[in-house]
Amino acid sequence: MTKHRFLPALPLLTVLVMLGPVLAGLWGTVLPAFGHFPVAGLTGPNLSGFQSLLDWPGLPRSVLLSVFTGFASTLIALSIVMLVTAGWSGTKAFQTLERLLSPLLSVPHAAAAFGLAFLIAPSGWLSRLFSPWLTGWDRPPDLLIVNDQWGLAMTTGLVVKEVPFLLLMTLAALGQAEAARSRTIASALGYGRVTGWLKTVFPRVYAQIRLPVYVVLAYAMSVVDVAVILGPNTPSTLSVQIVRWMADPDLALRVQAASAALLQLSLVIGALVIWRVGERAIGWLGMMWIAKGNRGALDTVAAGISLALATAAALAIFLGLLVLLVWSFAGFWGFPDALPQSFTFKNWMRHSEGVLEAVGETAAIAVPVTLAALILTIGCLEAEYRYGLRLSNRGIWLLYLPLLLPQTAFLPGLQTFMLTIGVDVGRVPVMATHLVFVLPYVFLSLADPFRAWDTRIGTIASALRASPDGVLWRVRVPMLLRPILTAAAVGLAVSVGQYLATLLIGGGRVQTLTTEAVALSSGGDRRAIGVYGLMQTSAALLPFALALLIPALAWRNRRGLRHA
Amino acid sequence: MHDGLELKDVTIRKGGNVLLSLSRKIEPGEVLSIMGPSGIGKSTLLSFITGTLAPAFEGEGRIVLDGNDITEVRPDKRRVGILFQDDLLFPHLSVGANLAFGLASGGSKAERTAKIEEALAEVGLEGYANRDPATLSGGQKARVALMRMLLSEPCALLLDEAFSRLDADRRAQVRSLVFARAMDRNLPVLMVTHDAEDAKAAGGEVITLGTSTPTGEAP
Repeated sequence: MTKHRFLPALPLLTVLVMLGPVLAGLWGTVLPAFGHFPVAGLTGPNLSGFQSLLDWPGLPRSVLLSVFTGFASTLIALSIVMLVTAGWSGTKAFQTLERLLSPLLSVPHAAAAFGLAFLIAPSGWLSRLFSPWLTGWDRPPDLLIVNDQWGLAMTTGLVVKEVPFLLLMTLAALGQAEAARSRTIASALGYGRVTGWLKTVFPRVYAQIRLPVYVVLAYAMSVVDVAVILGPNTPSTLSVQIVRWMADPDLALRVQAASAALLQLSLVIGALVIWRVGERAIGWLGMMWIAKGNRGALDTVAAGISLALATAAALAIFLGLLVLLVWSFAGFWGFPDALPQSFTFKNWMRHSEGVLEAVGETAAIAVPVTLAALILTIGCLEAEYRYGLRLSNRGIWLLYLPLLLPQTAFLPGLQTFMLTIGVDVGRVPVMATHLVFVLPYVFLSLADPFRAWDTRIGTIASALRASPDGVLWRVRVPMLLRPILTAAAVGLAVSVGQYLATLLIGGGRVQTLTTEAVALSSGGDRRAIGVYGLMQTSAALLPFALALLIPALAWRNRRGLRHA
Repeated sequence: MHDGLELKDVTIRKGGNVLLSLSRKIEPGEVLSIMGPSGIGKSTLLSFITGTLAPAFEGEGRIVLDGNDITEVRPDKRRVGILFQDDLLFPHLSVGANLAFGLASGGSKAERTAKIEEALAEVGLEGYANRDPATLSGGQKARVALMRMLLSEPCALLLDEAFSRLDADRRAQVRSLVFARAMDRNLPVLMVTHDAEDAKAAGGEVITLGTSTPTGEAP
């Protein structure tokens, strides 16, 4: 019976668990940023951190890189998704694309980035496929494709990974936007597919996916693992530089890192403001475009290009995973051979011990974190059902807050904060930090199906004299088994993919598949990267497979739940 | 013990506007039918009686069942049974497990199984215990839903458009079955419907709401 007093407090607890570390992290950033860092013997406030940051010659370039890669990748990914949805939604081609892209959502960023690098590098698969018969190369050309100084490879990597995310968000929004009916009307009025969709459906769909788009922008501007793998080095993006300073044994550099973290935060806030202004401008231009009444002359071209790009994005991930697989089993593999001369298990044997340890660590973190997130989420949703404690619109923003703030703005600060109050880094703090990122995704994934459950079934069950807990455990949870397992799979995938939180809050001592894989990137051992990248991908994908399989088996004799 | 279901000065409001008011006692074995167009708050009245009123509505007045005021009692302790227009059988449970969910606790496993078989036999569904509810016809599902509710030994029965999804010939059959079983158990029955046939078949008093004012002013 304690649960009844406990349940109404769960929403508040959830908000605390989610925002506590964020606030602590911001606090731990602001103080050192202004020169106050007693652990290193520094007392402020002063502007020395900002001063030395400004004196760093790489600053303008790394700021520019962060801003450019963020805007470019978000704009390109959003345009591809909008145009491909406009041109193809409701068609067979779109269904195929949807089916291809959905499982790709859970592929960790690092694995996708490695795969892309192995495809497009001078000695990558693409160059091998066309050499020497077309290019005449018998050795890898001396080109800087990966880690190029403009961050184009990094931008490509981000686009490839964000297209599936934005597409799935768009699909969820389409259902509520009465898209099919609007398109029918628009085409009856003589509008082409793409133009008609952009003029009628796009405004409603965009309003629904606005927050996810902001998340993509904030993420792309401050991502670390993808930037380490694909991004430029001289200088790197601001976020990568912050992490380097944090890793420096010289504690004084942390002051500079904290100042840079605040700069990173203001860059992201500024970018979001600019994006918002851009939305207004697009809206205004769109109204003029609508008023003109063009029926769309370039529709076919736009639809064709967008489908080609979306397919290329899907292929980049698929082929990337395939090339990781080939490398992980590769014996000697000379250039320009398209395949290795021999295949061997030696790479896997050689890394088996390290991989297994990393798998153990990854699971030891991901499983409890996901369970905690599920309990908090189901508790919040159940409290909403029983007591009407529903999150307002502002509450939704709270959920998105940890995803909108750049990780580099508060994770270094969180590490500093823990150092200041004397908490040791390690696995438990890492778990608490993972929960900050896992919770919003689990909540967003489960909320809709949980709320869509027919509450009359609850009325019937209580009329049958089942207690509120009985209704929850004996009826609602079993009926919602599939969405609950899917939410769990999402949570596990998010935890598995966490790089920065594991690295900084674990103090380098917590070694998961992701931290190990990213750490390998500087060494360039492609066989090792293949092994770790594949294991990382499997750790994220396997739960999704189980989330499909378990309900199908458990309810194999229950037709009413087959599509639930 | 059987003293019927009494609604004392019950008023349902939404945003301060009165949807309906009712003060009436339903004797054991009596059927009271409430008729009226949709949106008038008939179903809302029933959710007030089951204790599951949505937050957008306010209910006022007392509900007395067999002499006990149940207005503040938790839904699962009220002993008020309800049937909706959909059967709402639990899709994850077999037909037998659905009935076991309803069956009041207690008794050995064999006794419980026997009771469930007996209930199935009572509505002509012998041997259906292991079936997936999704494989049953509409009329069969309605009968299982009725027996599930009756096995929980309610002291009153509410019918929320309970027959409106059934096709014409099934409808009369299921309807007379429900009324007969409720009369057997001497239950007070409150039925809301928009179908005059249902109200006529019930044989009891009929209250018609909102005929002149479809927005739902009090009668």
